[in-house]
Order: sequence, then C-alpha cells, then structure tokens
Amino acid sequence: MVGTAAVSVAAANAGASAQAQSTTATIDRHSTQVSFTVNGTRRELTVDNRTTLLDALREQLALTGTKKGCDHGQCGACTVMVDGRRINSCLSLAVMHEGDEITTIEGLGTTSDMHPMQAAFVRHDGFQCGYCTPGQICSSVAVLEEIAAGIPSHVTEDLAAQMQVTDAEIRERMSGNICRCGAYANIIAAINDVAGRPA
Amino acid sequence: MRQFTYERATSAASAAAAVADNGNAKFIAGGTNLLDLMKLEIETPTHLIDVNGLGLDKIEATEKGGLKIGALVRNTDLAADERVRRDYGVLTRALVAGASGQLRNKATTAGNLLQRTRCPYFYDTNQPCNKRQPGSGCSAIGGVTRQLGIVGVSDQCIATHPSDMAVAMRALDATVETVKSDGVTRSIPIADFHRLPGDTPHIETALDQGEIITAVTLPPPVAGRHVYRKVRDRASYAFALVSVAAIVRPDGTGRVALGGVAHKPWRVEAAEADMPNGAATVMRKLLDGARTTEENEFKVTLAERTLAGILEETKG
Ligand SMILES: Cc1cc2nc3c(=O)[nH]c(=O)nc-3n(C[C@H](O)[C@H](O)[C@H](O)COP(=O)(O)OP(=O)(O)OC[C@H]3O[C@@H](n4cnc5c(N)ncnc54)[C@H](O)[C@@H]3O)c2cc1C
Ligand code: SF4
Ligand code: FES
Ligand code: FES
Repeated sequence: MVGTAAVSVAAANAGASAQAQSTTATIDRHSTQVSFTVNGTRRELTVDNRTTLLDALREQLALTGTKKGCDHGQCGACTVMVDGRRINSCLSLAVMHEGDEITTIEGLGTTSDMHPMQAAFVRHDGFQCGYCTPGQICSSVAVLEEIAAGIPSHVTEDLAAQMQVTDAEIRERMSGNICRCGAYANIIAAINDVAGRPA
Repeated sequence: MRQFTYERATSAASAAAAVADNGNAKFIAGGTNLLDLMKLEIETPTHLIDVNGLGLDKIEATEKGGLKIGALVRNTDLAADERVRRDYGVLTRALVAGASGQLRNKATTAGNLLQRTRCPYFYDTNQPCNKRQPGSGCSAIGGVTRQLGIVGVSDQCIATHPSDMAVAMRALDATVETVKSDGVTRSIPIADFHRLPGDTPHIETALDQGEIITAVTLPPPVAGRHVYRKVRDRASYAFALVSVAAIVRPDGTGRVALGGVAHKPWRVEAAEADMPNGAATVMRKLLDGARTTEENEFKVTLAERTLAGILEETKG
C-alpha cells in the first residue's frame, strides 16, 4: 500500500508537469485530458490515467481539504459530491469525470461563510483531530438529502412510507465514514441540529 | 497500480469486441472493486474500457410483467426504485445491507455481480492463491477460514462470493442479459451465472472474454413477505458472515437463498418444500454435503438460526 501511494503521487505530479509544459498537450497513451467543474470553477487537466479523483483534487488542484485515509473505500475520508451525490473519490478515476460537477468541502463553505453543516459541526464539537471531518461533513449533507429524496437504508422499517430523520437512520447512513477519534455522538448531534430535530 | 490505456465505449458491441480481442483489457463501471484490486496489483489490466456512457442505466417494465435493470443502474437507484421497493423488497433489502451510501452511489448492477471474493489470501499477494495465480495453491485451506465457504467448496478454493444483491437476485430467479463481440446476445439464468470453484477457481462466471452484461431481468413479482437478513461482525459496512434472502408466503412456503457460504449465491430449490417444517429441516437439505472447518462450522448453526428467525417473524 505504501508503494501504491508513492506511485500515484508520482503519477499525479507527472500529469501536472505535462500540463505545465504545453496547453496543446501531446498526451502519451497513458494520460488523458479531462475537464470537470470543481466548486463552480471549470478545470482542465491532463492526468496519468491512474490518477484517482482524490489525487487529482489534492495533488493537481491543491484542494487538500478532501483527505486520504485508507485509499480503498473503507473509511470515507475522501468523500466528495459528484453531480450532487456523495462518492469515495479514492475509488474513482479522474478521467471518468469528464463534464461532471464536483463539490468538495472547500466548495460547501468557507471559514467566513460556513455551510450550516460546517457550523453545526463546530457548535457541537463534531470532531477531535479533524482528519475525517471533511468527509463526515460532505456525507452528512448528502445523508439529509438522501432521506429527503426517499432513498431507503438498512434500518428503514417501512419501504413504502416517507423516510424520517432518526438517530438510527443517521448512524446507519453515516457508517461509511469512520472516525478514529470517536466523535460519533457529537456528529449525530450536529446532523440532528441541521435537520431541525431536538438534540 | 500498473499503467493502462483508457477509452470510453460508444456501444456495447464495440466495447465487447475491444475486450474480446485483448486478454489484458477490462471493462470498468463504478470502479469500486476493480480499482481497489488494481491498486493492490491483484488485477493488472493494460487497457480499460469505460462503459458508463452506454446508456444502460434505466429500469424498465418488461412485457412479461417483470423488470429489466440496466447493467449500469447504480445500487442506490435500484434499491430506491418504487417498483423494486414495492414488488421486490428482498432486493432493496439486500442492496441497502451492502457496502456504504457512498459506495452504493457508484456500484453498478453488473459490477456488483462480478465483484471478486474477499478471501484474505486472495488480497495478500505474498501468499499462494489458486484464484489469483492458478496452480499456486490455496493458502486458505489449513489457514484462517472463519469467513470462508462451507458448501460447494473444492480442494483448490473455499472462497465465498461477497455480494448481497446477487443473493436476492438468486431468490428472485433473475436472468443476466449479455452481448458478445459478434453481437450475439445471451440470457443466462442467475443459477448458472456464477460457477463453483472446482479445479478452476479463477474462472468465476459463465461469461466469455469480452462478453458484456447489458441488463439483469427479473420475472414478475413473487408474492409473500420479502426478507433479507445479514449477520456480520459489525452492524453496518461489513461483509456477511451469513445472509439469508427469503420470500415467505402466509402458508409458510416460499424461497430461500444464502450468502456468505459458497462461491455463488446458494439455493437448493428442493429444500424449499420443507419451509413449513422449520429451519432445521430446510438447512439439512440446503447445506447437504457441507465441508466446514473448526473455524467456520458456526456458519451452519448461524444460517439455521437466521432462517428460523425469519420464519418466526413472517408467521401467519
Ligand atoms: C469497503 C467496501 C465494502 C463493501 N461492502 C460490500 C457489502 O457489504 N456487500 C456487497 O455486496 N458488496 C460490498 N462491497 C462491494 C461493492 O458492492 C462492489 O465493489 C460494487 O458492487 C462493484 O460494482 P462497480 O460497478 O463499482 O464494479 P467495477 O469495480 O467497475 O467492476 C467490477 C468488475 O465487473 C466488471 N464489469 C463491470 N461492468 C461490467 C459489464 N457491464 N459487463 C461485464 N463486466 C463488467 C469489471 O470489468 C470488473 O471486473 C464493498 C466494497 C468496498 C470497497
Ligand atoms: S480460498 Fe480461493 S481465494 Fe482464498 S486462497 Fe484459496 S484459492 Fe485463493
Ligand atoms: S480514502 Fe477513500 S474511503 Fe478511505
Ligand atoms: S475527528 Fe479524528 S478521525 Fe474523526
């Protein structure tokens, strides 16, 4: 795994320098030009095909808010929204996002103009070290949207009824985001707060 | 990860042709299993064909009263589809029991069926594994086997198929629709889609090289209570130790398929006649010929108790 990470960082850097050299990029067989929108800004990149969306965001676009925890879909630190849906950016190739609209934690809000979910995480102390937090916040925003859209979960009792925001639903739907510091209780409080439920 | 070339497919047949002509080419859909394995260099394709643009992302009613699920329909969308929730509840339940919200947003119907085993030795490239490297031996036999298969196993491999969705599809008698490079289509009953390991555990399905899945078709709905119960080491975001997909009619008859026990979703139709007689009778037939280890024999009891719980819950 250590070796893999080194290769992907090198790959990302190789892509960045290729882009710097020429805008009419002569692309070798193992690189591809791709354009997508990140936080409302159109971006054009040449990436080594191996570059994950996560590495493209962090290494080429310097959007380091999105974190790399496991790099294997097991922790949720890399969660971003693509076309309004949360995904693990570590298990997706950058070249597969042509034309997509990507929102990262930087796009949800800024320190002076926070997204309500960011503000609620601060208010409820929904983190300790903060490493999992960008992923937790992106996921939290998506979870409330998924419940509103009527997407069922493992703990939804009646598949025909209107979905509700409950502690059990929040826990289940947030299970793809691991917090090594164990800030879970306060994360649930933050999400409940944004959902307008009493803590 | 090894270097690879990348192309976006423009039609299912041309995608099939590109993979049929190149033994080192692979389709990529959600990428959630393939990329994981490519990072570990367990899969080392030199060419990837992205099938996401093929428009195979619709769920349509069939003339026979069933549903045709496009190969690229995301697990989230399949689970949330109103018709699936109403008429094929076991499928929604199985889908939402798998992986995480983020993964289900990417994972596709075809990719889920074709996801590879979670045998720990398959993942450890320092260890022999007949599935990863044919002829190298099976490290699991005589090794750590708690998560591994108990029925339909062979002397070459005792791995399980990890999908939840596929177990529900087996209970529903789904059909896998494919197209080959020459344009010839096939409808493969799900019972024949996944293979037992036998002497060739690296050959996992009935698909030919380059054969692409275009859809999965469900027959008309099966009446009864639809239940999927998954038992795992933690309450969420973990693979099944044992799972049971069941459809139970008011008179106690129905269907049952198991996950976490074999190289494929496990169903023995002849065992189902015994459902009104209780879980123990069913399991005797369903797990007939089971070959367990000291570490995984608990799965026999667990499967029986899980089914007993379902039969109790669905009574009357
Ligand atoms: C942390 C983690 C936890 C998970 N937990 C669970 C779980 O609890 N239960 C569960 O069931 N699953 C679980 N999964 C697995 C997940 O469901 C699969 O990774 C996913 O379904 C694969 O779909 P995909 O579209 O991403 O496939 P891909 O990774 O894109 O492809 C998988 C394979 O299918 C082939 N393929 C894709 N589309 C086609 C096509 N149309 N025709 C022919 N071949 C095709 C590819 O070539 C590849 O070999 C988990 C995964 C992770 C990472
Ligand atoms: S059980 Fe199968 S997958 Fe696991 S080590 Fe043996 S051959 Fe490999
Ligand atoms: S870094 Fe993507 S899930 Fe852990
Ligand atoms: S706050 Fe430290 S990992 Fe979650």
